Amino acid sequence: MAQPLVKKDDDHDDEAEYSPFLGIEKGAVLQEARVFNDPQLDARRCSQVITKLLYLLNQGDTFTKVEATEVFFAVTKLFQSRDLGLRRMVYLIIKELSPSSDEVIIVTSSLMKDMNSKIDMYRANAIRVLCRITDGTLLTQIERYLKQAIVDKNPVVASAALVSGIHLLQTNPEIVKRWSNEVQEAVQSRSPLVQFHALALLHQIRQNDRLAVSKLVTSLTRGTVRSPLAQCLLIRYTSQVIRESGNNTQSGDRPFYDYLEGCLRHKSEMVIFEAARAITELNGVTSRELTPAITVLQLFLSSSKPVLRFAAVRTLNKVAMKHPMAVTNCNIDMESLISDQNRSIATLAITTLLKTGNESSVDRLMKQITNFMSDIADEFKIVVVEAIRSLCLKFPLKYRSLMNFLSNILREEGGFDYKKAIVDSIVILIRDIPDAKESGLLHLCEFIEDCEFTYLSTQILHFLGVEGPKTSDPSKYIRYIYNRVHLENATVRASAVSTLAKFGAAVDELKPRIFVLLRRCVFDSDDEVRDRATLYQNTLGGDGSVVETDKDVKDFLFGSFDIPLVNLETSLKNYVPSEEPFDINSVPREVKSAPLAEKKAPGKKPAGLGVSSSGPLSTVDSYERMLLSIPEFANFGKLFKSSAPVELTEAETEYAVNVVKHVFDKHIVFQYNCTNTIPEQLLENVIVIVDASEAEEFSEVFSKPLRSLPYDSPGQTFVAFEKPEGLATVGKFTNILRFIVKEVDPSTGEAEEDGVEDEYQLEDLEVVAADYILKVGVSNFRNAWEGMGPDCERVDEYGLGPRESLAEAVNAVITLLGMQPCEGTEVVPPNSRSHTCLLSGVYIGNIKVLVRLSFGLDGPKDVAMKLAVRSEDETVSDAIHEIVASG
Amino acid sequence: MASHGMCPSVKNILLLDSEGKRVAVKYYSDDWPTNNAKLAFEKFVFSKTVKTNARTEAEVTLLENNVIIYKFVQDLHFFVTGGDDENELILASVLQGFFDAVTLLLRSNVDKREALENLDLILLCLDEIVDGGIILETNGALIAEKVTSSSLDADAPLSEQTLTQAWATARDHLTRTLLK
Repeated sequence: MAQPLVKKDDDHDDEAEYSPFLGIEKGAVLQEARVFNDPQLDARRCSQVITKLLYLLNQGDTFTKVEATEVFFAVTKLFQSRDLGLRRMVYLIIKELSPSSDEVIIVTSSLMKDMNSKIDMYRANAIRVLCRITDGTLLTQIERYLKQAIVDKNPVVASAALVSGIHLLQTNPEIVKRWSNEVQEAVQSRSPLVQFHALALLHQIRQNDRLAVSKLVTSLTRGTVRSPLAQCLLIRYTSQVIRESGNNTQSGDRPFYDYLEGCLRHKSEMVIFEAARAITELNGVTSRELTPAITVLQLFLSSSKPVLRFAAVRTLNKVAMKHPMAVTNCNIDMESLISDQNRSIATLAITTLLKTGNESSVDRLMKQITNFMSDIADEFKIVVVEAIRSLCLKFPLKYRSLMNFLSNILREEGGFDYKKAIVDSIVILIRDIPDAKESGLLHLCEFIEDCEFTYLSTQILHFLGVEGPKTSDPSKYIRYIYNRVHLENATVRASAVSTLAKFGAAVDELKPRIFVLLRRCVFDSDDEVRDRATLYQNTLGGDGSVVETDKDVKDFLFGSFDIPLVNLETSLKNYVPSEEPFDINSVPREVKSAPLAEKKAPGKKPAGLGVSSSGPLSTVDSYERMLLSIPEFANFGKLFKSSAPVELTEAETEYAVNVVKHVFDKHIVFQYNCTNTIPEQLLENVIVIVDASEAEEFSEVFSKPLRSLPYDSPGQTFVAFEKPEGLATVGKFTNILRFIVKEVDPSTGEAEEDGVEDEYQLEDLEVVAADYILKVGVSNFRNAWEGMGPDCERVDEYGLGPRESLAEAVNAVITLLGMQPCEGTEVVPPNSRSHTCLLSGVYIGNIKVLVRLSFGLDGPKDVAMKLAVRSEDETVSDAIHEIVASG
Repeated sequence: MASHGMCPSVKNILLLDSEGKRVAVKYYSDDWPTNNAKLAFEKFVFSKTVKTNARTEAEVTLLENNVIIYKFVQDLHFFVTGGDDENELILASVLQGFFDAVTLLLRSNVDKREALENLDLILLCLDEIVDGGIILETNGALIAEKVTSSSLDADAPLSEQTLTQAWATARDHLTRTLLK
């Protein structure tokens, strides 16, 4: 014990000796700053004091307004000294003190003098300082000097002016835009950094003018750019131009692709990587375009530099999500990275392998991962768990080994987030793979036997209550659940009681036994547990005999709670001081855009190593709950499908609007999610005027305006249409956003009384056949296909004309039909001449549909397709053919 | 910090000691608005990287949607942070530039004590590498030259030049003798 203590003391002593700032105190340093006022300036001493001040600021100390002003004024005196070292420190501390505008005036003339000095270092620094602290009014005075500085022969001065220009463009765009000519000249500079800064500024000046950006890219890609950083910028601008020029891939080569490909042979690694990454992110990239990029990334994988390996494996990981086949060539290199010292690299390599692996390699990979899991941090384990979950959904037949893996790691040590990720994965697998249900539930039961997290225990108990009664032998779960009533804390006990009651309500044979258990729970020490037990005993009815539970009782006890909790909370708060009895029916059911705001929360997903968690079921659930809470939609019946949001505005416009299409049996509801991006405006009575003249079979029945849309807080407005029952009616709709706009004072946040009516044109919206088909996978396509039988089979052949590639044709048909690809057949191996793709889905009216697509190349580019459809209804089979024929 | 369009940007540069305490740091982004948020970030980054071996080659990791490139020498830990989508190699070149410049400025005695004793040079160095998130220079030798140019500027009056040079030499001499 004594030894480490002594050692620690030693360390401490050493450290005390080391730091020149030991025992430094703000008050004392501020006193010292008085030397700035000495008539005979000691430059060295002053530099030291400034360093001390900067040290304090750097350590997080703050100066009061008075202190900062005092220091600032003292510092301005130092401009008298001609010592260069001191001047540098003066520049630095002025920037750190960020003086107010009335203080800035004091140093302006000194700085302007330095801006015109013969000494380059003065000019460069004075520009940066002045531009940092100045406001718009001063800028016009110094504009002339700045323009001169941009084309200064000293690269440091030019860069200082250009970088300052980039910053100033945010606050004073109209002034900076006048410098175009000088900036353009600087792009041709021989200094690499000046070229980089000039290019960045030039692009930002022109960024809203697509044509100008396109011209800039066209002229520069012909090759005058020398600096690697500028080259990286140019690659980014080029991919933007490619993105915006749309997809005319069918008609030959992609513009500028040659430039990107040429950059793969650049001598600087950062340029090679930037180009490779840009190619992998091209819209609808073909395997031919991908190959050279993958090849250079593959070389990086075996580099001795961790940063290079990391960059490459992270990019390949992203590629593997969309084009798993393109990455398979790198599998051998990836496997050697599993043992990489850098755990981020190892994790990315493993998850990439999980995505690219085929069904036969699953078992071998799982074995490797088992060894790997024990020595990585929790956040990496979560990434692996998520990758395994998606793998399992891709190869449902392998669920056994994957489920085993999940249950094994569930038993090992781990934090809450990790355990939660595993439990969530098992829950999703149980929902999506029917065969996995029984074993999955048992794994969860075993887990709660020894689970230290109350939240997870209650979640699992709830889930057991929902899924358990539907299994072949519900009674085997009772023991696990009742054990919780004995061994757990009150929260878990209470939820175990509810779960028991659910079994009792759903399985009539079990009711007498459940009643015995519930009766014992009445003697629990916790009142919540006793209350629940008593409630269930009295409401389930039948006094413990084998009778069916009343449906109303079931709905009352276990139905979904469709009142938004926020609204309930407000209502309850109002109720507490009032005399009137509480009426739950008076709680408003209108949801206040909360779910949307949550989704839009910018990029705060945890540990985003490139695997997004999938939860399609829960979004549909939350949509349904939200729609049902609006009384006008309540009688539309069950929600069949909600589409992914479709953007109706371009990025970064005044108002951002996207739409979600909700399909019901006889109706379709458009949910317009609107965001107001102008802080100075408040929008009221927001509504979308929909013109359905190109959608004859739809008739508008109802529209629900959005009362108010403040800045940056998304809201929704709805429009509902009636359509022929059970049919996949398609059509095109034009949309106009109409609203009353009110000016808002940004300082107070208050809106003016009067508003002006205004309109905003949105893009068109189409309802397509895919909106009527749900993506629902089957675990064994062959069995399902045979089971469906040939009674309602329809087979036909189609010529798809010339296509970029087989893969592109396959993807086009999958998107057209909007069905779920099965058994990984959506992936076309490179260079194959034919391919079979299996799809499954549910057609509106809850009719199962299976599709077998056989593609073949006919001649160099022409694709032919044989489409076989089986479904439970021959009209549906015909409808699928019609979709393909008309698409 | 306002966004710089598609321009590569650096969120912060950190120089910490072997216990994760600040030697010198510079933040260019608003992601960490308060000093406490900054300290928490530094502590988090330090604890996640301290056990790795980043002494020969720069290492890299992804934390809280930030790419972090880092390198350790003696009791000093160098970090450069950039956004999730940033080109890792560009960030690595910034780290390398910072590291090379510090090595030159400290005359190869790269440790905490030397860094604190020459804190003015380190702060000037940070100032010359990145301005408001935009990369100014990544060449270590050029950065170091810009930092020291104050004592070597050709246009400076002769008397002053010799004086500052003399000071630099004297200080250099002093630190060397102290180290021995």
